[in-house]
Amino acid sequence: MKFTLSWLKDHLDTEASLGEICEKLTMIGLEVESVDDRAVFEPFRIARVLSAAQHPDADRLKLLSVDAGPEVNGGKPLQIVCGAPNAREGLVGVLALPGTYVPGIDTTLAVGKIRGVESFGMMCSERELELSDEHNGIIDLPADAPVGKRFADYAGLIDPVIEINLTPNHPDATGVSGVARDLAAAGLGALKTPAVPRIEGEGDVGVALEVTSATCLGFALRRVSGVKNGPSPEWLQKRLKAIGLRPINALVDVTNYITFDRGRPLHVFDAGKVAGGLRVRDAAEGETILALDQREYALPAGACVIADDEGVESIAGIMGGEHSGCDETTTEVLVESALWEPLDIARTGRTLGIVTDARYRFERGVDPAFMEPGLDLATRMILDLCGGTASKRVVEGVAAVPPKEIRLPLAEFERLTGLSIDPAEQERILGVLGFAPRWEGDALHCTVPSWRPDVDGKADLVEEVMRLHGVDEIRPVPLPAHSSVNGRILTTPQIRDRAARRALAARGMVECVSYSFVSQIEAQTFGGGDPALKLANPISADLSDMRPSLLPGLIAAARRNAARGYGDTALFEVAGIYQSDMPEGQRRVAGGIRRGTAGEAGPGRFWSGNAAAVSLYDAKADAFAVLEAVGFPADRLTIEAPASDWYHPGRSGRVKLGPKVVIAEFGEFHPKVLKTLDVAGPLCGFEVFLDRVPEPKKKPTRTKPVLALSPFQPVRRDFAFLVDASVEAGRILRAAEGADKALVREVRVFDVFSGEALGGDKKSVAIEVTLAPGERTLTEEELEAVSAKIVAGVGKATGATLRG
Amino acid sequence: MNDTEALEGELLAAIDAAGNEAALEAIRIAELGKKGRISEMMKGLGKMSPEERKEAGPRLNGLRDRVQEAIAAKRDVLAEAAIAARLRAERLDVTLPVRQGAAARGRIHPISQVIDEITAIFADMGFSIAEGPDIETDYYNFTALNFPEGHPAREMHDTFFFAPDAAGERKVLRTHTSPVQIRTMEAQEPPIRIVIPGKTYRQDSDATHTPMFHQVEGLVVDKTSTIANMKWVLEEFCKAFFEVPQVKMRFRPSFFPFTEPSLEVDIQCDRSKPGEVRFGEGSDWMEILGCGMVHPNVLRAGGLDPDVYQGFAWGMGIDRIAMLKYGMADLRAFFDADIRWLEHYGFRPLDMPTLFGGLSQG
Repeated sequence: MKFTLSWLKDHLDTEASLGEICEKLTMIGLEVESVDDRAVFEPFRIARVLSAAQHPDADRLKLLSVDAGPEVNGGKPLQIVCGAPNAREGLVGVLALPGTYVPGIDTTLAVGKIRGVESFGMMCSERELELSDEHNGIIDLPADAPVGKRFADYAGLIDPVIEINLTPNHPDATGVSGVARDLAAAGLGALKTPAVPRIEGEGDVGVALEVTSATCLGFALRRVSGVKNGPSPEWLQKRLKAIGLRPINALVDVTNYITFDRGRPLHVFDAGKVAGGLRVRDAAEGETILALDQREYALPAGACVIADDEGVESIAGIMGGEHSGCDETTTEVLVESALWEPLDIARTGRTLGIVTDARYRFERGVDPAFMEPGLDLATRMILDLCGGTASKRVVEGVAAVPPKEIRLPLAEFERLTGLSIDPAEQERILGVLGFAPRWEGDALHCTVPSWRPDVDGKADLVEEVMRLHGVDEIRPVPLPAHSSVNGRILTTPQIRDRAARRALAARGMVECVSYSFVSQIEAQTFGGGDPALKLANPISADLSDMRPSLLPGLIAAARRNAARGYGDTALFEVAGIYQSDMPEGQRRVAGGIRRGTAGEAGPGRFWSGNAAAVSLYDAKADAFAVLEAVGFPADRLTIEAPASDWYHPGRSGRVKLGPKVVIAEFGEFHPKVLKTLDVAGPLCGFEVFLDRVPEPKKKPTRTKPVLALSPFQPVRRDFAFLVDASVEAGRILRAAEGADKALVREVRVFDVFSGEALGGDKKSVAIEVTLAPGERTLTEEELEAVSAKIVAGVGKATGATLRG
Repeated sequence: MNDTEALEGELLAAIDAAGNEAALEAIRIAELGKKGRISEMMKGLGKMSPEERKEAGPRLNGLRDRVQEAIAAKRDVLAEAAIAARLRAERLDVTLPVRQGAAARGRIHPISQVIDEITAIFADMGFSIAEGPDIETDYYNFTALNFPEGHPAREMHDTFFFAPDAAGERKVLRTHTSPVQIRTMEAQEPPIRIVIPGKTYRQDSDATHTPMFHQVEGLVVDKTSTIANMKWVLEEFCKAFFEVPQVKMRFRPSFFPFTEPSLEVDIQCDRSKPGEVRFGEGSDWMEILGCGMVHPNVLRAGGLDPDVYQGFAWGMGIDRIAMLKYGMADLRAFFDADIRWLEHYGFRPLDMPTLFGGLSQG
C-alpha cells in the first residue's frame, strides 16, 4: 500500500513531520516498508533555451545556450549539447547540471564532450526523470514557468511517497482514509476525511441487472450520461504516478483513485459497448475473457463474472474486460460499486494468477457500508471531471448484517498486557477507531464498525488499544521464577539424540542436516515409496518422497563432496525417518556413512601408516558407539547377517533385541544400490533406530553396585582354534565366555587367519582369555582345568580343534 | 718416585684412556680383580715385617682406593657418554605431524548446536522441550490455530500437501512448529512452559528460503502471564543467546492468526561491517521473531477456557538466528552437506553449550 504525504494530509490534520509519521506508522502495525522523500528531484532546475544552433559535426545534435537563472553559473548562459528534436529557442525545460544523479538513466552527470563540443549539463525528458515513459523530446514547460527555480517545487514532485506493509487483517488500512484514522487514534492528529454527499440522480440506469451468483453480496450500479472522457487532471495523475499507477483516462483514474483513497475498488463499463442487460453470475465451463491487461483468461467454472448478452465483461472483484473498458470515445458510463465474498475472490484470483489492487482489497474484506457512498463519490468525481448527468442508482441485495457487539471489561487490557492505563484513554482510542464505546458498569460496550471485519472479540480490542496507545509503554516484567532448582527437562529420547550426535562427532564424523524428502528412486531403493508419503506438490522431482532412511541423503552428500574433490568423508545425521504419515510413523534414527579411507583414525596416506579403505567393521564400530552412548544393554543383543536389502548381503549385519526388534543395521552397500545412487565406494554405513532402544527402568537411587576388587592378578591364556571357514567368531567368543562364567572375565579375538596351509575351507581363530581369580591365585592344575573347559566348550559349540 | 707412584700414574692414565665400559672393566680386573696386580701386591703385605707393612699398607691401600675411585668416576663419565650417545641416536623429528584426533575432526551441525544453546537458556527459565510430528493434519497445522478455511493467511504458508486419503483428508508437512502448541495443551494441564524446536516446511526455494527449515516455538500458558512477561522472556533470551550485555528490541503490532494481540520483534544491530552483525549497538533494525498472546480460539482448541487461562507464544527461525549469530551468508548451505562448510561453521563435539561455561567458546 502506497500513498503520498499530501494525500495523507487530505484525511489527517497533523503537524507531525514525515519522520514522526513514519515512526508512528511502524509502531502501530502499519510497518513502513520504504519512504521516498523525492530528494532526488531537488537538483533539477527550470531553464530557458536562449538559442539553439546546429552542432558543427553532427546533423542531429544542437548546441543550446541555456539560462538557468542567476544562481547557476553566475547567471551566465551554459552551453549544452542536445539531441532532442523539440529543442528550440525559447523552450522552457528542465536542466540537470554536472554532478546531478539522473534517475531514469541511473547516471551521475559529468561535463561531457560530444563530438568535440563541451556540454555543461543536460536538458531532461520525462523518462529521464522517471515521470513517465515519454522520451520523444525534452520536457516542454509553459513559457511562464519560473526559470531558475527548482523544478520539483514547480511540479509538486516533493511529495514524499510512503509504502507500508499490510498484514492480512486490517482491510481498512488499504485506503489512505483508514491509515489516517489509525494515526488519529494514535494521537498524531485529527481525522478530516470528508463525508460523501449522497447523489440521488435522475432517470433510470437503462440496463437490466440480474444477480444470481452467491459470490455477490451486493451490487450498486449507476449510469453517467454525456461524459467527456480524456486525460484526468494533473493533480490526479501526479498522485497515481507517485504510487506507481499509470494514468489511463479520467473515468478509469477515478476508480483507481478511490481504490487507494478509501480502500473501495470500483469498475466502469462503457455503456455503449454493453449488449443487453448485465448479469452477475457464475462462469460456465470454458468461458474466457480478454481482460484489461490484454491477456486472455480461461475462467474456472463457478468464478463470479459480470456478463452481458454477448459474454463475460468483467471478472468480479478482480479485473475488468478489455471489450467494455472506457476510453476517450466513451460518453455513457456505467459505474459499479459491488461487494464480493472474500474467499471466492481469493480463490478465483489464485486460480487465475491475477494480482490486482481490487482483488487485494476484496479478499481482505471491503467495508460493506461504503458500497453506496463509494458509488456516490465516484459519481461526484466523474461529474466534476467529465461532466454529464447521473442516473438513479440500482442496488441489489445487500444483506443487512447486524454489527458485532463486544463487551470489553475494564480489567481485560491489564489482564493480557500487564499494563494499567486510564479507562478514558481506552475509550478515546476505541472512539476514534469508530467502535462507538459506551460504559456499561465496569466494561466498555463496543460496536464493531463495518470496516473492521477482522475484529471478533475482546482480545482484538485489547490489541487495538495496545497498538494505538503504544506497545513501548509495556515494560518487561520477569516471569515468576520456579521456586526450586530446575530438574532435568529433556526426555530420554531427546537426551539420546544429543548423546548420539556427540558420540559420532567424537569419532571424527561430521554432522549433516539433509532434507526430509528424497527422490522416488532413492525412497524405493531404501524400502520406502509408500504413496501416502509422496508429496502432492514437491519442490522438484528429486525431493518428492518422505525419506524412509537417512542413508540416501547421506550417500548423496558423500557423492556431492566427492565430486568437489573431497572423497574421504565421514558423515552422520540424527533425525527423523518416515514409515507412515502418522505421528508414530516418524522414527528417530542416528545414521552415518564413511567413504574412501575415512576411518575413525583419519583418512588418507600418512607417514606413520596409511588409512585402509572403510569396511563393514567401521560401520559396526560407529553403530556400537551410538548404542554405547545411548545406554543400550549390550548383554541382551544378538547380531545376525545380513541387514536389509540395500546392504551387501555378505558384508552387513543387524543388531537385534529379542527375535523381532531390529535396533541397528550396519555394513557395506549393495553394488546395485551404489550404481542406482551413482556413487562409487568404498562406502559403508549404519543406522541405529534410537526409539527402539528400550528406556532404562527408573531406579530409586543412583547408587552403583558395590565394586569388588580382587587382590589377585588376572591370568591370560591364548588359544588358537581351527574351525570351518563358515563358523562365526561370535560363536567362539560366546562358547569361551560360557565355559566358566566365574573365572572368564574377557575373551578377545587377536588373530584370524586363513590360508592354503589350513585347507581352503578352514580358518584359524586365536583368542586371548582373561581369567580373573576372585579368592586366591590359580594353581597350575586349576588353570589346566579351565583351559580344558574352554577348549571343550568351543569345540562342542563350533567343531573347533586346538591348533597344534 | 717409587714403583707405586709410577704404577698409579700408569693406571690413572690407562683409566682415563679407557674408551668404553669393557676396557674399563678389563683394567679393573687386571689390577683389582682377585688375581689383579694391586690385589697381588696387597697379598704381599702379609709377608712383610710390621715396619714395612706400616709403610706399604697405607701406600697400597691408598693406591687401591684411588684406582677404585678413578674407575668409578670414569664409569660414570662413560655411562653419561653412553646415554648421551643413545639419546643422540634416538632423536626423532618433532616437526613430523601427528594424525589429528577423531574428536578434533568431528563436527556438530550449527543447527544442532544452536538448538542446544536455546535449550540451555530456556531450561534456566523453567521451560521444557516439546516435540511433534513433521507430517501433520490440516486440523493441527491450521484449523486449531485459528486459520479459517480459505483465509489468505493460510495461502501465505506455501504448504506441502500429501495426496488426499480415502476420506478426502490431506495431510500436510507442518508449515510451522505451532501445531505442537495444540498437542501440548491437549496432553498437559497448565501451567505450561515449553519450547518447541523442529523442522518446518514450505514450498519455497531461493537464497533466503529452503523447502525445509527450522523453527523454535515457545508457549507459556497459565492464569497470569502477560505481554509484559513475554517481553521479558524474549529480551532475556536475546541477550543470552547473542551473548551481549544489553539488547534493544522493538515490538511492533502485527498479525498472526494464532495470537491476539500479535507483535513482530526487531532487534537493534549494527550491520555496517559486511558479513557481520553486532547486536546491542548500531542503528539498524532487524526482524527476528513473531509473538503474541495466545488467541482465545487457540486456547479453546486446546481445551482451555480463555477467560481463565492466558499465555503467550513466539516463534523464530533457528537457521536465521544461527546465521545472525555465526555469520553464515546463505541458508541453502545449511542443507548441502559441503564438508568445507561443515568444518568451518560446525562445532567440536566437546563444545557443549551451557550457561555455566558459556554458550559458545571465545
